[in-house]
Amino acid sequence: MLGPQSSLVMYDEEYQRILLLLERLLRESNSKVIFLVDKNGQLIAATGETANLDTTSLASLTAGNIAATGGLAKLIGEKEFSILFHEGEKDNIHISIIGGRVILVVIFDQRSSLGLVRLRVKKASNELAVVFEDLVSKTEQQAVSSSAPSPFAEITDDDIDNLFN
Amino acid sequence: MSFINYASREINCKIVYYGPGLCGKTTNLQFIYNKTAEESKGKMISLATETERTLFFDFLPLALGEIRGFKTRFHLYTVPGQVFYDASRKLILKGVDGVVFVADSQEERFDANIESLENLKDNLEEQGFDLEKLPFVIQYNKRDLPNVSSVEELSNLLNPRKVPELEGCAMSGEGVFETLKAVAKLVLNDLKKAG
Repeated sequence: MLGPQSSLVMYDEEYQRILLLLERLLRESNSKVIFLVDKNGQLIAATGETANLDTTSLASLTAGNIAATGGLAKLIGEKEFSILFHEGEKDNIHISIIGGRVILVVIFDQRSSLGLVRLRVKKASNELAVVFEDLVSKTEQQAVSSSAPSPFAEITDDDIDNLFN
Repeated sequence: MSFINYASREINCKIVYYGPGLCGKTTNLQFIYNKTAEESKGKMISLATETERTLFFDFLPLALGEIRGFKTRFHLYTVPGQVFYDASRKLILKGVDGVVFVADSQEERFDANIESLENLKDNLEEQGFDLEKLPFVIQYNKRDLPNVSSVEELSNLLNPRKVPELEGCAMSGEGVFETLKAVAKLVLNDLKKAG
């Protein structure tokens, strides 16, 4: 499982696996939009009708939401609330935690139902958790092998200064 | 912590503005938002009370440009400064990569600065961070006001470690980008060391 302090690193191969799983979940659950967010509020992947959606803001607010409800859970002696559901007039949001660190968000309307979404999310969650496990071991391997140095080892002060010009 | 995405070639880092109530954390972010080109910024979100006091956090996503072929994105957050919002402050610090402490230079806020800085250390510790090891800069804000403590006095008290410190006036924008640049530099240097 990903620890709360470890940097998240995403590689192309795992990203493609995640996208495939999200796209399948989108189809099978008849939902509108699905996205994955790191608990720190970073958007990992999104699929569906995202064109008119501010996914960056959604990611940050989702993480804030999970953090706040997590705080509530601790106050009453729970570890966390692993599923949140927000019901709107047209659209609903189903939020669940995967592997302790990643947040899966499903937005759906009347073409689907809470029961269907819950069922499909459960199956997809297990598969997504496996990908994230793989990602963690890959990151650890990359960290110890000197054959693949991080691209950031070479950053110079000039590179950083250039960002602000 | 930072999120390095090789698939989209992006680095995402989280910077938190901390400090006592009404010290100018939100004003810092608003200035950055107003002065940043449309294509480099996302929407600024403020979860505030009806009287414009921060209730949970402000959030501003910034895209600074490319470094070694990676897009660098900084997510700026503020915490609610008022003492009784401590539970919320702890949550915002989760996964932080760098901290800006905005000190209120006014004499009457001297104690509030100390209290807030202590609170920052405690809350970071709870999340498993050590302020001494984290990219950290201090901004002495409101330097334009008449009743301010000297920078030397503030520095002796708030900055024994001598981390980068800057004078600011967030209302007019003085020192705001310099502060952001200072913390971003430390965060990226940290990434470099980790690499």
